Amino acid sequence: MLTAILSGDTPRSRILTVLLLAVLVCLAAAPFLFPGVRALETAATICIFIVLVASYDLLLGYTGIVSFAHTMFFGLGAYGVALASTHLGRSWGALLVGTASGAVAAAVLALLIGLFSLRVRAIFFAMITLAVASAVAVLVSQLFEITGGEDGLTYQIPRALTPAFRFGELFGVNLNGRIINYYLVFAASLVLFLLLLRIVNSPFGRVLQAIRENDFRAEAIGYRVVWYRTAATCLSAAVAALAGSLYAIWLRYVGPDTTLSFEIMLDILLMVVIGGMGTMYGAVLGAVIFVLAQNYLQSLMGVAAGAAEGLPVLPLLLDPNRWLMWLGILFILSVYFFPTGIVGRLRSGR
Amino acid sequence: MSPGGANSPRPRPQGGVRLAARPDAGAAGHDPPTEAALTTTLLATDGLTVRFGGHVAVDAVTCAFRAGELTAIVGPNGAGKTTYFNLISGQIAASAGRVSLMGEDITRLSVAERCRRGLGRAFQLTNLFPDLTVLENVRLVIQARERKGFGLLSTAASHSGITTAAEAVLDRVRLADRAGSKVSELSHGNQRKLEVAMLIALDPRVYMFDEPTAGMSVDEAPVVLDLIAELKHDSDRTILLVEHKMDVIRTLADRIIVLHNGALAADGPPAEVMASDVVQEAYMGKALEDV
Repeated sequence: MLTAILSGDTPRSRILTVLLLAVLVCLAAAPFLFPGVRALETAATICIFIVLVASYDLLLGYTGIVSFAHTMFFGLGAYGVALASTHLGRSWGALLVGTASGAVAAAVLALLIGLFSLRVRAIFFAMITLAVASAVAVLVSQLFEITGGEDGLTYQIPRALTPAFRFGELFGVNLNGRIINYYLVFAASLVLFLLLLRIVNSPFGRVLQAIRENDFRAEAIGYRVVWYRTAATCLSAAVAALAGSLYAIWLRYVGPDTTLSFEIMLDILLMVVIGGMGTMYGAVLGAVIFVLAQNYLQSLMGVAAGAAEGLPVLPLLLDPNRWLMWLGILFILSVYFFPTGIVGRLRSGR
Repeated sequence: MSPGGANSPRPRPQGGVRLAARPDAGAAGHDPPTEAALTTTLLATDGLTVRFGGHVAVDAVTCAFRAGELTAIVGPNGAGKTTYFNLISGQIAASAGRVSLMGEDITRLSVAERCRRGLGRAFQLTNLFPDLTVLENVRLVIQARERKGFGLLSTAASHSGITTAAEAVLDRVRLADRAGSKVSELSHGNQRKLEVAMLIALDPRVYMFDEPTAGMSVDEAPVVLDLIAELKHDSDRTILLVEHKMDVIRTLADRIIVLHNGALAADGPPAEVMASDVVQEAYMGKALEDV
């Protein structure tokens, strides 16, 4: 049963299984295990980034396509919800319309980019996606009347998803709409992740891996490589847009910095590489480690710097303001020691 | 530029060997296919030419390949054999001429489209999916043949028919015991066998083998050669074989065509082509002395 849910793609490592189960349990019970606004924010961000990173892994890890337009698709989904909620008002229908239109717009844009540029060499495709993504980011900033420009958009979502909606208490935790919102994000992320896992283990997924390995031979045995690459780009874009919609529902705000920035694109790349490309489960570990580091490394360093007070040099190195440097060091170390990512390393058993 | 250059010896008709028509020799050197033959002609090239800058790598090769026939393509290194294969399978675009498969002009079709129409090829340099398993390599071929590549919601493993067929092919090339191994872990000989297995799995109307036993040990080569011999029994297919080993050609070929400097130099039954002094001296050199 469990194997069927995982599409036959089991973790294939005892440690990895334990880690994944721990992540699943922690995320499933996050509102009760880690009460508090910040913890819930972190848990929701992890859920959304798992989907976003997994959808990028479909492109980079499984198909061998380097794209810098992934945040653009993420942003399309987010702005879809924001615009629909702004213009249609606070309703479930607005969320549905916004989510669907964001995903469709992302898929159509990916189709256009794919058909025009996936025939060229990989480096040119990467450059084209970078150019398109930059153009869209500029456009969103400039079209102030529609997108809110640099300030972004703030909007209302159905009351049942907001903290104002209260409906009791469980295990000492006040139940409110924010928890419903979290479970909406959690459930949708879980379904989307399992869907991606199914896609990469489907006949289609096998073709993508063949194309990544040897596109020349894939073509020679009858696969129309450009079609498959384009389809993978569209699927990946649509899922990224759905992740963007979830983010917009969770935050009740969208802006260029939260959805379209190049920094997010770099974060996604780092998460894929740290977790392990072409594994899907790598997206889970990569997102968990990275988001936790982003949210808690600074605080941890503050505690460590306090503990090391009086010692030479160490408090300076552990200054909370230097958290980005340590994040960079962590990344370099992980690439050095786990070139195939954490999942690759755990699966190889070495 | 004339193929072969001014110093190249020109073949003269000898015995039953049909010496090929040259671009400047009209149609006299190559008999037009009869109507009966046309009905069984699976693959044909007509004036097929490719130029790389000033160099003519394949020079107006006109040839028909009939069902039930194994044609060996021979010639010295650099004669254009693999380039001719590349033109037929679409890896290189022709500068002039046409390729037709079962009467359909496929000259402008992509590699994948030609393959889907029944043209299958194994490569001279092993060309596999190195990080996938042996079984997965063959499964991918059968999946392509069955047009199941766009299945999104079923798992690949659930297509048990494809897996069973792939296992059967691996059994034929004696690679069943390595089904779960990564291709990159296989010996060169086994990779060559897998290359052949993938072509067999494709089940094409036209088989194109480019030096299938190159680099294989004396123990491994017979497995592949027996398979090719087995394929000959199917009268619906035609087999093209680029090969240097004359003993292999003598055993398997129904017909030999000789390429020299990209042009078709001779075409006929093996015994006659091999016995032809002009072919031995001009195109085979010492190679045929061992025959």
